[in-house]
Amino acid sequence: MAQASVAQDHQSSWWHRNQQQITPWLFLAPGILFFLFYVIFPIFQSFNLSLYEWDGLGQAEYVGLYNYEELYWDEAFYTSLKNNVIWLLLYLLAIPAGLFIALFLNQTVTGIRLYKSLFFFPFVISQVVVGLVFTWFYDPTFGILNVLLGAVGIPPMNVLGDENWVTVGIIVAGLWPQTAYCMILYLTGLNAVDPEQIEAGRLDGAKGWKMLWYIIVPQLRPATFIAFVVTIIGALRSFDLISVMTNGGPFGASRVLSFYMFEVALSEYGFRMGYGAAIAVVLFLIMLAFIAYFLWSMYKEEKAR
Amino acid sequence: MRSMLKTSAAAFAILAGTMGAVSADGLTGDLKIFLDTSNPAPRATMENMIAQFQEKNPDLNIETTVIDREAYKTQIRNFLTANAPDVATWYAANRMRPYVEAGLFEDVSDLWAEPAIADNLASTKGAMTIDGKQWGVPYTYYQWGVYYRKDIFDELGLSEPTTWEEEKANCQKIIDAGKKCYTIGTKFLWTAGGWFDYLNMRTNGFDFHMDLLTGKASWQSDEVRKTFANWRELIDMGAFIDNHQTYSWQEALPFMVQGDAAAYLMGNFAVAPLRDAGLTDDQLDFYQFVEITPGIEKAEDAPTDTFHIPANAQNKEAAREFLRFVVSPDVQTEINNGKNLGQLPVNANSSVDDDKFLVQGFEMLSSNSPGGVAQFFDRDAPAEMAKVAMEGLQEFMVKPDNLDKILARLDRARERIYK
Repeated sequence: MAQASVAQDHQSSWWHRNQQQITPWLFLAPGILFFLFYVIFPIFQSFNLSLYEWDGLGQAEYVGLYNYEELYWDEAFYTSLKNNVIWLLLYLLAIPAGLFIALFLNQTVTGIRLYKSLFFFPFVISQVVVGLVFTWFYDPTFGILNVLLGAVGIPPMNVLGDENWVTVGIIVAGLWPQTAYCMILYLTGLNAVDPEQIEAGRLDGAKGWKMLWYIIVPQLRPATFIAFVVTIIGALRSFDLISVMTNGGPFGASRVLSFYMFEVALSEYGFRMGYGAAIAVVLFLIMLAFIAYFLWSMYKEEKAR
Repeated sequence: MRSMLKTSAAAFAILAGTMGAVSADGLTGDLKIFLDTSNPAPRATMENMIAQFQEKNPDLNIETTVIDREAYKTQIRNFLTANAPDVATWYAANRMRPYVEAGLFEDVSDLWAEPAIADNLASTKGAMTIDGKQWGVPYTYYQWGVYYRKDIFDELGLSEPTTWEEEKANCQKIIDAGKKCYTIGTKFLWTAGGWFDYLNMRTNGFDFHMDLLTGKASWQSDEVRKTFANWRELIDMGAFIDNHQTYSWQEALPFMVQGDAAAYLMGNFAVAPLRDAGLTDDQLDFYQFVEITPGIEKAEDAPTDTFHIPANAQNKEAAREFLRFVVSPDVQTEINNGKNLGQLPVNANSSVDDDKFLVQGFEMLSSNSPGGVAQFFDRDAPAEMAKVAMEGLQEFMVKPDNLDKILARLDRARERIYK
C-alpha cells in the first residue's frame, strides 16, 4: 500500500511538475500536425516540384532551375506580376473607404442597423456573384455602365475587353466587398474609442479633420493593422473574380500570379506542374515579405506592452 | 476467388459468344461508367442507353457516374490513375495523347480488328489511332459550318456563297445594311480556333494545317501569313461583332437571334439554343465554309466524342462489350437522333435523323470533304500549344496590327512544346 502510494506520488509529481509546460502543447498538437502536413510540408514540396518538369501523369524529369529561367523570358509572367502590383496598390483603397463609411455609419439614427447591414451585404455574398453582377454592369452592349457614361457624354467603353482597363475594372469589383469588410473592422474599432479622450480633445478645441487624425485614427490602430493585413493578403490571392469575369483575358491581360499558376498547372490546357510550382514559389516569396513584416510588427507590439 | 472464377467464366462466355455470333449475354460483375455528358439532354440519352445495356445484361451491376463536363477535364487525370472506372468518355485525336502516352488508356485495337467495327467506323479510325493502335471508340460527332439567318439573306437578296469573293461580297452588303456579318464570342478562346481552322484549311489545305498543329510547320511561314491576311480582310471590313472578347459563345448568340449579325461559324450544337431562342427552320440555314484557294480540297472540322477503357479498369471484358454496344448501328442511330444528342452517328450503317442540319452536315462530311476531317484546333494541337495559340488568335482579332509579335511568340512556344 505504502509502496503503491509512493509510486503514484512519484508519477503524479512528474506530471504535476511538468503539467504547465505540457498541457498547451497537447492542445496545440492537432493544430501543429495539420499545419505541418497541409501548409509547411506542401511549401517545401512546391519548392521541390518547381525543379522538375512534370505533366501530372508520367515520370517527373529533373530540370534544375530551367522553369525559373523560362519564367524570366515569359511575357505572361511579367503581365501577371505587374497586375499583382496594381492589385496591391489599388486594393488598399478599401481601407480609407471602409474607414469613411464606418465613420458615416457610426451614428445613432433610427434604422442605422439596417443601413449597416446593407453596407455590409456585399461581403456576405459570394465573390462569384459579385463577379457576375459586375460583368453585367460592364457589358459593352447591354450593360448599364455605358448607359450611365452615355448620359454624361462619355463614349462607350468595353472595360473587360480592353487590356488597359480590365485589371482596374476587376479591382473595382473586388473593392466593393473588401470595403465592406474594412468597414466592419472599423465599426468594431470605433466602439472601443475612448469617449474621455474625445471629450478631452474637444475641450482642447480639436474638431473635424484634426479630431479624426490625431485622436480617432491613432486609437483605431489595431483595426487598421488587421484591415491592412487582410487587404494585402486579399489582393495577393485574388483569383475568383478574375476567373469569373474574364478568365484571364483578353489575351491574358488580366492574369495575376495565382491565376497564371492555376492556368499553367491545373486548367484545361495546362498540366505543367513544375512550371506552376515555380510561379507559386515566386508568389510565396512575395507573400513571405509581407507576412514577415506583419509578424515582426505584431511581435514588436506585443513586446511593447 | 469465387468472383475471379466468375469473371474468367464470363470472359470465356464472351469469347465464345462473339466467336459463335451469339449475343453475349451473361456478363457479370461490376461495370463502372464515368460520363462527362452533364447537360440534361445528353445525360438522359446516355442513361437510357445504359439502361438498355443493363436490360441485355441483367447480371451485370452497372454503376454510372456523371461528372460536370468542365470538371471532368481535370478529374480524369486523377481517376485514371487512382480510381479507374471501366469505361470513361473523352475526346479523340491529340486530346487523348497524354493518357495514351502515360499508359492510362487500354489498347482496343482488338475491337477495331472486328469486322463490325473495322468496316463501319473506318471514317473515324484515324482520329482514334496513336502509334498505330486504337485507344477507344467514337460515339458521336458533329459538323462545323456557317449557320446563317436565311431571312436576312433573302431580305438583302443574297444567296449562299461558295467562293471567298462571294463570301466577302455578301458580307459587304450585310455591313452596308447596318449589320455585322458574323457573331462570335472569344472569351473562352476556342471559337477563334474554329475560324483559324477553316481559314487555314481553305487557304493552305488540310495537310499543311496538320503540319502546323503538330509542330512541323512554322507559324511565321508565308502560308500562315496568307491565312492571317485573309482573316484580316474580314476584320478590316468590320465583319465581326464588336467586343467579342468579352462574350462566351452562348453570349454571342443573341446578336444573331436579334438580327444584328447574320451568321455564326459554329458546331452543330449551336442549332439547339438558336431554335430555343425562337428562330424557326425557315429563318435558319447552313452552308459549308467557302473555298478560298481554288483547287484545294475541302476539309472539315468534325470533333468526335469517344469512349475509352482505362488501363486500370477492373472489368475490361464487360467494358469491351459495352463499347461494342455503343457503336452498334441501332444504338448509334438512336442516341444521335434529334431528340437525343442531335448529332451525327459514326457507324456507317446507322441512319441520320431527318433534322435539316444533320442531313446537310452528314452529306457534307460524307461527300464534300475530300480533304479530310480535322478534330478541332484544341484537339489536333497539343493542349499547351492550343492555349498559347488561341490566345494569340484572340489578340489578332482585336489588334490585327500585333500579328508579327504574335507569330514570333507562337514560334517560340512551338520550339519549346514540340521537343
